[in-house]
Amino acid sequence: MTSLPKNPPKKKLGLVIDLDICVGCHACAVNCKEWNSGGHSAPMTDTEPYGADPTGVWFNRIHSFEVENEETGGRTVHFPKSCLHCDDAPCVTVCPTGASYKREEDGIVLVNADHCIGCKLCSWACPYGAREYDEDAGVMKKCTLCVDKIYNPNLPEESRVPACVSTCPVGARSFGDLGDPESDVSKLVAKRGGYDLMPEQECKPTNKYLPPRPKKIGREGQAPELVPVADSSAGVIARWVDKFLSA
Amino acid sequence: MTEGIVLRDERADTSPIVSDEVKYTTCYMCACRCGIKVHLKDNKIRYIEGNPDHPVNKGVLCAKGSAGIMQQNSPAKLQKPLLRVGERGEGKFKEIEWEEALGLAAGWLMDVRADDPSKLAFFTGRDQSQSFTGWWAKQYGTRNFAAHGGFCSVNMAAAGLYSIGGSFWEFGEPDWDLTKYFLMFGVAEDHDSNPIKIGLGKLKTREDAKFVSVNPVRSGYSAIADEWVGITPGTDGLFVMAIIHELLNAEKIDWEYLKRYTNASWLVIQAEGEADNGLFARDATGTALIATPSGKLLPNSDRKADPALVGTYTLPSGRTAVPAFQLMAARYLDEKYSPDAVADKTGIKAATIRRIAAEIAEVAFEQEITLDIPWTDWAGRRQEKMIGRPVSMHAMRGISAHSNGFHTCRAIHLLQMILGSIDVPGGFRHKPPYPKPCPPGPTPAGKETQANTPLDGMPLGFPKGPADLLVDDAGNPKRIDKAYSWEYPLSAHGLMHSVIHNAWAGDPQEIDVLFMYMANMGWNSSMNVPDTIRYLTDKNPDGSYKIPKIIYSDAYSSETVAYADLVLPDTTYLERWDCISLLDRPISSAHGAADAIRQPIVTLDRDVRPFQDVLLELGVMLNLPGIAAEDGSALYPGGYAEYMVRHERTPDIGPLGGWRGEDGTGQGRGTPNMKQLDAYIANGCFWEKKFTPEQSYYKFANKSYLDEAVRMGWLAMPGQVMMEIYSETLQKFRLAAQGFGELQPPDHLRPRIDTFFDPMPIWYSALEEEGLPQDDFPLHAVTQRPMHMYHSWGGQNAWLRQITARNPLFIHAETAAAKGIADGDWLWVTSPHGRVKAQAKLMQGVNPHTVWTWNAIGKRKGAWNLKEDAPEATKGFLLNHIISQLLPAREDGYRYSNSDPVTGQAAWYDLRVKIEKCAADEYEETEPMLPPQDHFGLPEPTELLRYGADLKGEASGLAPVAMKDWIGNREENAGQKSGIRPGHGNKLTDVPGKEKE
Repeated sequence: MTSLPKNPPKKKLGLVIDLDICVGCHACAVNCKEWNSGGHSAPMTDTEPYGADPTGVWFNRIHSFEVENEETGGRTVHFPKSCLHCDDAPCVTVCPTGASYKREEDGIVLVNADHCIGCKLCSWACPYGAREYDEDAGVMKKCTLCVDKIYNPNLPEESRVPACVSTCPVGARSFGDLGDPESDVSKLVAKRGGYDLMPEQECKPTNKYLPPRPKKIGREGQAPELVPVADSSAGVIARWVDKFLSA
Repeated sequence: MTEGIVLRDERADTSPIVSDEVKYTTCYMCACRCGIKVHLKDNKIRYIEGNPDHPVNKGVLCAKGSAGIMQQNSPAKLQKPLLRVGERGEGKFKEIEWEEALGLAAGWLMDVRADDPSKLAFFTGRDQSQSFTGWWAKQYGTRNFAAHGGFCSVNMAAAGLYSIGGSFWEFGEPDWDLTKYFLMFGVAEDHDSNPIKIGLGKLKTREDAKFVSVNPVRSGYSAIADEWVGITPGTDGLFVMAIIHELLNAEKIDWEYLKRYTNASWLVIQAEGEADNGLFARDATGTALIATPSGKLLPNSDRKADPALVGTYTLPSGRTAVPAFQLMAARYLDEKYSPDAVADKTGIKAATIRRIAAEIAEVAFEQEITLDIPWTDWAGRRQEKMIGRPVSMHAMRGISAHSNGFHTCRAIHLLQMILGSIDVPGGFRHKPPYPKPCPPGPTPAGKETQANTPLDGMPLGFPKGPADLLVDDAGNPKRIDKAYSWEYPLSAHGLMHSVIHNAWAGDPQEIDVLFMYMANMGWNSSMNVPDTIRYLTDKNPDGSYKIPKIIYSDAYSSETVAYADLVLPDTTYLERWDCISLLDRPISSAHGAADAIRQPIVTLDRDVRPFQDVLLELGVMLNLPGIAAEDGSALYPGGYAEYMVRHERTPDIGPLGGWRGEDGTGQGRGTPNMKQLDAYIANGCFWEKKFTPEQSYYKFANKSYLDEAVRMGWLAMPGQVMMEIYSETLQKFRLAAQGFGELQPPDHLRPRIDTFFDPMPIWYSALEEEGLPQDDFPLHAVTQRPMHMYHSWGGQNAWLRQITARNPLFIHAETAAAKGIADGDWLWVTSPHGRVKAQAKLMQGVNPHTVWTWNAIGKRKGAWNLKEDAPEATKGFLLNHIISQLLPAREDGYRYSNSDPVTGQAAWYDLRVKIEKCAADEYEETEPMLPPQDHFGLPEPTELLRYGADLKGEASGLAPVAMKDWIGNREENAGQKSGIRPGHGNKLTDVPGKEKE
């Protein structure tokens, strides 16, 4: 069993994902795979990449589904999911070797590949299914929150952001310190009613989701009904002749 | 919690060295043409990200662009020129040297050119160098050139360019910053994908706008729409006309806009049975007339006139005329366009149509935008403010790919004109070099062709009347695809989908060489794939192929490669020079003009050549003027890169607009600058010239903009671009059909032209449905691309295929339940033309009378160097298999192309089908199933991909820097936080040396 940091991290880096505007384009998932292919947990091994069952390591996956509601109508939801960097991360406490750990300085949950024995206990423990086992390497891999990007002075300032955030075309992904109530991301969460995924699991996830806003299907009185200016098409044109030509 | 192991000997390296070098170029994974930064390590691609300064993508990058690494790493890349040794279709080749390949190609092409250059049919695909490939065809002397547009978007281009002088997507965009009501029609995910996503993100997070998606399927953008309107395919025109009906009835009309900026006030001659009936009344100088309310007739150029939009006026000849507006109003005020009348056909409740019309009217007229930006119109009238009607619209493939798409798109533009929302704050905005006059001209060249002689103009153009058609004395088509004939007069992008059939049939002519470039015309870029393959492989009694010679250039081992006699392997987009030119389809936005280049990023590791270089080489071998000097030497010995810099289409205007002139200060115009490419590279491979606020709206009538457009070479004259609610051009064709004028269509085409060349938008059901027992084929069937693959032609990607490698047939759950169909069942999907086998997937968010699938997932076994058991081949299917490229035979046996009768746009969304469960023993694999394609000469694809294992960065030893909060390109946050540039991803404003916006 592995301990969480003795002093719970004050800084809680994480993602805020806006389900109101995610169109399910997979840009975040692919850009993540691309960055991390040469990143902290490289490679993101793919098996049968050109065969019958292409599968590989992805730190971020998009789930698309429909929700039907008789009152508000149906909705198609695109739901991106990656490690939520939980405060009470069961993937860490379940780890028998100390390979899985939570960083004290920023709360990022990482795997030390040198100590991972590939027992997969962490993937069983994670209620979100956010761990990715690399069959070829025999180790568990996962979202690093681009730990090798966000602090990296070898990159220009504007690139120091998780790949999934900077690439998101609609701007549905934000990144910051959710431990600081004054941070931009915390304010965004407060304003939009951001929520924890499956709070009943008591993992205290850091990442937050912003719920879809109510649809703006016409409401009573929103726009006045159009009133015909005459009873017939001939009447309408006659009215215009009258209006414009008799002056 | 019990105390556990604390093992913290790892210190994650937060500061690795990422790359040796970062190079800028332009993405080519679709038609978006985003700016990218490519990080390189050991000449391998470490990472591709969006360029934050780029006007198209502003730092973001989609799934395709992000998967560029796997496009470069693909085992499907062709390796060397190939000469066919087996039968066509088998994929059996021998590798040959370039010298032999070019010699063969040049020999074939030289013989054709010396005989009859039109026996070369040169068709390119989603080619981003059309101003060059089209020019090459012109210099060669064949009229038989076109690209992908006839399959894809010509209805949108033609309807826009014949109505408002611009068009959706490439030549226009919604005013994302100011629009308050955004209507998106049909599948539109395929084009302008990142700009639309950026725009939707802005619009939605601004919280003061409504986004309505009118689409049979609730996927993609429709999923985040404030309102999804699940319309029945092909009925959008009726829906729009019903909105127009409502607006007219309630007098929600921008009268002044119509008077000033459209031809609504022009007088239309009412003289049934006369040669000029329905044309504009004109004065002696040919200027169209208007009437004042008191009945005085004046030329429309009269700057002080306040024209009447209604009334009946007597012309000097004694005949009568009425303003175009009155004809338009009378048509759409008719009860047949009322919401009640169209509700059944469109599948939209009348109350919903009425409500949407009311919402549009409320936003347009009660939420008017006023910008304090003075401007002067073309006539010198100063305006103190810019008035905006913040309703905007966008449409693309979903409207385009129907046989009624031209008129439907024109109806959308008519709606925008009535609202006064085109190129105004909050509305639909033009992108330079548009707007241009309707139609923009020039006309198509190639009335006559001569041996060894260039055409007298570019092969593609815009007919202004019957005299511009390419037909013989009997009125028969001259082009191989029958473009610009009486059958499809305004086919401004050609009819790619007709070429292979027509070449096989020798109708209207036989060809000798079919030359294709990056167009998978033997597969997903054709309708009726089984017969298309038959045409490509069919032989004469003497054993020769009916289509004698096929040359194909592609970078990858696509299905079409197997049908080529000679394969000229192209490079990937990261191995080439390219230009995205203002002469063709630039990357401009409403904010300014822009163009871009590609530069080679990685070193070639195979014996392939960039197609544009190959065309220049062939041009020299063929001694084409403009490419070869008189002494036979190359005019551009440095290849396409040199052409991009030194070629001048007209004096001082060339492929690239930036850094022209000897000193590099010229913008738009200037002599060639040999350091131009260096300047582009230093600027991130693009050039942008932003408009001043004064030039930003009302471009069609804005003196400052129009003068600028003339300076830049976009317009010949700084006159007003008059929008056309009434198309006299269309009426000219109709008059010909009615027997007037010198040039007459063949008799059998008269009713067709008379019907479809209505000068105002009409609606008709899909041509294919005529005579079709609809109860036998009760469902509409449409397709779209998944967002991570849309509009991409490199159809195989190791990462993207992990997301989608097979495509089900999506069916409304209730429709499926009625037939006892469950998820995963195998179905026969049968059209009047054929049947294909697919697996069912049930859903709710789809029009119940519509089934749909992801397009272009299905692949032929063995193609793209995939394993034969790849799901793309065993479970993926193409709906194209069952879409006929021809309409049912007429009485005399003749079959028209299954296309829009105005533009020739392929009508592949008109498909009707029925579905039935397969017998139990028919499960497991899709049909039709072709024998596997040999992937000759390609490396065996790997079973295990560890890409990047060797790219992990070494430690730099640098200390980590403080991280910052980063918030997406959302207006709400941009407003709250300093340091976020709205609409520019995560671009900081406070980066030293970077200008603030």
